[in-house]
Amino acid sequence: MTFEELLQIPPYSLGHEEKHALLTERLLGLTEHHLAHCPEYRRMLDSVGYDSGSISGYEDLPFLPVRLFKELSLRSVPQEDVVKTMTSSGTTGQAVSRIYLDRTTSANQQKTMVKIVSDFLGASRLPMIILDCPSVVKDRNMFSARGAGILGFSIFGARKIYALDDDMRLDVDGLRAFLEKFQGQDVLLFGFTFMVWQHFYKELVRLKEQGVTFDLSRGILIHGGGWKKLASEAVSPQEFHDRLRDVCGLDRIHDYYGMVEQTGCIYMQCECGHLHASVFSDVIMRRSLDFGVCGVGEPGIIQVVSTIPESYPGHSLLTEDEGVLLGEDDCPCGRKGKYFKINGRLKNAEIRGCSDTYAARFA
Amino acid sequence: MTNEEKYLSIFKESFDVDEATARTLKYQDIPAWDSVGHMSLIAALEDAFDIMMDTDDIIDFSSFEKGKEILAKNYDIEF
Ligand SMILES: [Zn+2]
Repeated sequence: MTFEELLQIPPYSLGHEEKHALLTERLLGLTEHHLAHCPEYRRMLDSVGYDSGSISGYEDLPFLPVRLFKELSLRSVPQEDVVKTMTSSGTTGQAVSRIYLDRTTSANQQKTMVKIVSDFLGASRLPMIILDCPSVVKDRNMFSARGAGILGFSIFGARKIYALDDDMRLDVDGLRAFLEKFQGQDVLLFGFTFMVWQHFYKELVRLKEQGVTFDLSRGILIHGGGWKKLASEAVSPQEFHDRLRDVCGLDRIHDYYGMVEQTGCIYMQCECGHLHASVFSDVIMRRSLDFGVCGVGEPGIIQVVSTIPESYPGHSLLTEDEGVLLGEDDCPCGRKGKYFKINGRLKNAEIRGCSDTYAARFA
Repeated sequence: MTNEEKYLSIFKESFDVDEATARTLKYQDIPAWDSVGHMSLIAALEDAFDIMMDTDDIIDFSSFEKGKEILAKNYDIEF
């Protein structure tokens, strides 16, 4: 099955057996492709004695630690075919991942993202408020995770405004005018979790104290990027939701899980509060001791697989996040596939321990 | 201005190219037509023709020619 054919499948329509067969075929194919086109990848797989004949399902495929993309330049296409390089967020001085995209992979990322998000938003595009500043998409050749996310979601916006200026101040007048113009319509809001909290929610609270209020009861907020930065403020997802609703009436809120190394395959949070894997990708929770597959309810390190990456060998990655599988094919929202939650980032010591175990396994 | 002229001039202005280049242009042929340029192009076309395009059509809009085809077929714009 080609990727184009795969894209025609509704994102949450396949049960375990069908999805498993489909992903195994595609991911095996991608493994062969990267073996043939990325020498570093071949060396790594050679060193573990990879044998495609011993793979009975995609959970048997090797996975690369996500931080490898910070250390190595991994490409499966010639440099001249690279049309876009994406970088992970990282604090200054920290190494960042570099992900090289050719036309095909870049286009497939956008197409996949649209299929997934349309399942939640419908096909129509909405007035859109970007809860960030315009400068985040300024460097067009080097996209940060934030920039890439904003650009990717922009396709759902019919008319767009950036709610923050480049000094991260809320554009109160602009926001008011925008909401008045589209009064009575659904409005899409998009931003990174921390930015939403720090520069939007807190400002709304401050304005409310001065008697300035906004009605966002027709708003649909999609946010991602993780809770790590909010942990220090002890804000839980539930509190995030409750307090946004209290300050501006915003009640349709979807978190999503995703990473720059597998852009396109995002995991959207449904109405029941569960993150969902679409037919285009999957999560496998693994035990830190032996990388065995965890059962439902058992916390583990998250491995992500994606059917998209052709220009870089990132179709099977071990993240540095811990999560719990909550179930498969039976979420009350009706969507099929696995649903799960994120517990948070592994601690540095755990990651080191994990890499050691990993190295031992691959030695 | 005819629709053909309008369409052509939006391409020329959006990407700062001459007519001959515009007519054969494909997505990502030039740095200006990247994903950022793409969304600006779509916004300019939507304004000029007073339409709202579907997400699928925005994605399929992969060249000068393909774009005309999409506008003609799905938005009743005659060229
Ligand atoms: Zn659900």
